[in-house]
Amino acid sequence: MSKLAHLQRPNRPLMIYAIVYLAFLYLPVALLPMFSFNDSIYIRFPLEGFTTKWYAEMFGDRQMHAALRNSIQVGVIASVTATILGIFGAKAVTRFRIKGVKPVLGVIMLPLVIPPIIMGVALLILLTQADIKLSLWTVTMGHILICVPFSIVTLMASFEGFDKSMEEAAADLGDNAWWTFWRVTFPMVFPGILASLLLCFTISFDEFIMAFFLAGTEQTLPIFIYSQLRFPQKLPGVLALGACIITVTFVVVFLAQWLRGRSFGTPQAGGE
Amino acid sequence: MARDDSYLRIETVTKRFGSVTAVDQVDLSIGTGEFFSLLGPSGCGKTTLLRMLAGFETPDVGEIYIDGAPVSGTPPHMRPTNMVFQNYAIFPHLNVERNVAYGLRKEKLGREEETRRVNEALEMVKLGGYGQRKSNELSGGQRQRIALARALIRRPKVLLLDEPLGALDKKLRTEMQIELRQLQQSLGVTFVFVTHDQEEAMTLSDRIAVMAHGKALQVASPKEIYNDPTDMTVADFIGQMNFLEASVREVSGDQAILDAAGFGAIKAPARRPYVQKSARLIAALRPEKLTLSESAPEGGANSVRGKIEAAAYLGDRSHFHVRVDGLEQPIAVAGPDEQPGGGSLAEGAPVWLSWSDEAVILLERDRG
Repeated sequence: MSKLAHLQRPNRPLMIYAIVYLAFLYLPVALLPMFSFNDSIYIRFPLEGFTTKWYAEMFGDRQMHAALRNSIQVGVIASVTATILGIFGAKAVTRFRIKGVKPVLGVIMLPLVIPPIIMGVALLILLTQADIKLSLWTVTMGHILICVPFSIVTLMASFEGFDKSMEEAAADLGDNAWWTFWRVTFPMVFPGILASLLLCFTISFDEFIMAFFLAGTEQTLPIFIYSQLRFPQKLPGVLALGACIITVTFVVVFLAQWLRGRSFGTPQAGGE
Repeated sequence: MARDDSYLRIETVTKRFGSVTAVDQVDLSIGTGEFFSLLGPSGCGKTTLLRMLAGFETPDVGEIYIDGAPVSGTPPHMRPTNMVFQNYAIFPHLNVERNVAYGLRKEKLGREEETRRVNEALEMVKLGGYGQRKSNELSGGQRQRIALARALIRRPKVLLLDEPLGALDKKLRTEMQIELRQLQQSLGVTFVFVTHDQEEAMTLSDRIAVMAHGKALQVASPKEIYNDPTDMTVADFIGQMNFLEASVREVSGDQAILDAAGFGAIKAPARRPYVQKSARLIAALRPEKLTLSESAPEGGANSVRGKIEAAAYLGDRSHFHVRVDGLEQPIAVAGPDEQPGGGSLAEGAPVWLSWSDEAVILLERDRG
């Protein structure tokens, strides 16, 4: 019909590329749950029969329980702390006239690009120098450090998404800063706060390198998994655990993204 | 300019943003129950001045007094002012009722009393029964009314309005103008109204402050501002105006005789102190104060020959551009389409322009 037809027609080579791309991304991940239900301790084809015994074995493991509890504890504390810090940071960056806000923001974002192994080593040196005993708390600190930039980025989008005059209106109608925050700012950025919490939790929950350097005697889940790989007979159990983690992470990240996209639309004022 | 019953007083207030002086040594007094407009083009500092009244900005120099008390240290939530924002700032997470009731938190009213107050406020802006509507289900005009109700429910002494009608279409604007004026008259609340629309300011206000480049150029009633502007920028901004370069030849008593470019010797009232012998001034003439005729006017009326360059028929009146020898710009004339005597004024026709001495306004050249 028109010259634009080629833009509307499905493009076969591109579609094949897309399928190959997705397969490359997700096939290895799909193998994990597949072998976790396989009735053999060897990871190989052909599959031998369906079983849930690896799941049962994994859930019965006391060490795993401890590691899971540790990971959840670290994840909750790190994500809540990082999100609170993120709220302050994002509000400051988007709301106030600050001199040199760009370089400051750059420094805050730096942990995004510094390799975690460098951060881990640096923190380890620092903690040793300061004579602080390694524990779950040092892991939590490290995780807060890497979570804050993600939290700020997520929340900045929320803060930029609503007009500053909303907060001014609240002040004008008699609310001080505290009330303005709880009655206007918080409900407006709530989806962003939730998204930040979920995102930070998954980052902390999956994080290995920093935890490896900074954990004392208590393991987090990723470190527990790594330690299990030394025993071949434990491998199917690890796969079962991995499948569970993937499922939970997937749901959580999906939820976070969905919440981030869901904010209060402010329709433009117009005629009647 | 100070009035005894002035409720709001702005004293030599200056506000800078970096190297830009947004508000430059403004002095204003606004009376109780007055409808006062801050009029000027965008970037003239009118909104900054309003925001200083609300407490969102603090003056760098000078002080603002509300009811005699200095307010510079008072945060917005402690001031007896309320504001209608340009974009209305309706809270999207609250419905209409909760939006309107927002400012009642500190009054700690019972549920019944609060509902009564909300309904009263909604009735006032003719939106009774809209309480349960979601805020994103409202049209522009309704949002504007909600913003008004939300601000007025706190019974403020001063209502600040930042271009509240700017986002509405023309018909709705006119309706809202009338309603706003009626509301202000019945409540007796002092309104400070920011607008860039001169017609709107003229229709609504008791007094207007015309602002440009952060300065309040003239503060007066709409009539005075139109008929007796004290500043070239004001004369140019309000309505249409013809400007002629002129130098004073002679001043005798209340009258001055000037040599005006293209117009020759003209007479004008000499009420202002800068009308001195040999001063170089600007003679200003409103288009509707000029009369066109096909022959030289009789008697001693001031007149000059010209040629019609363009004519536009607007129904109730017509606009003409008349070319006068010795002037770069054509002279704008507004008047009836038909001339007494039946002659028509077509493009290219030679005409005479005439005016009365009183119509000439003498202004200083722009200081800027």
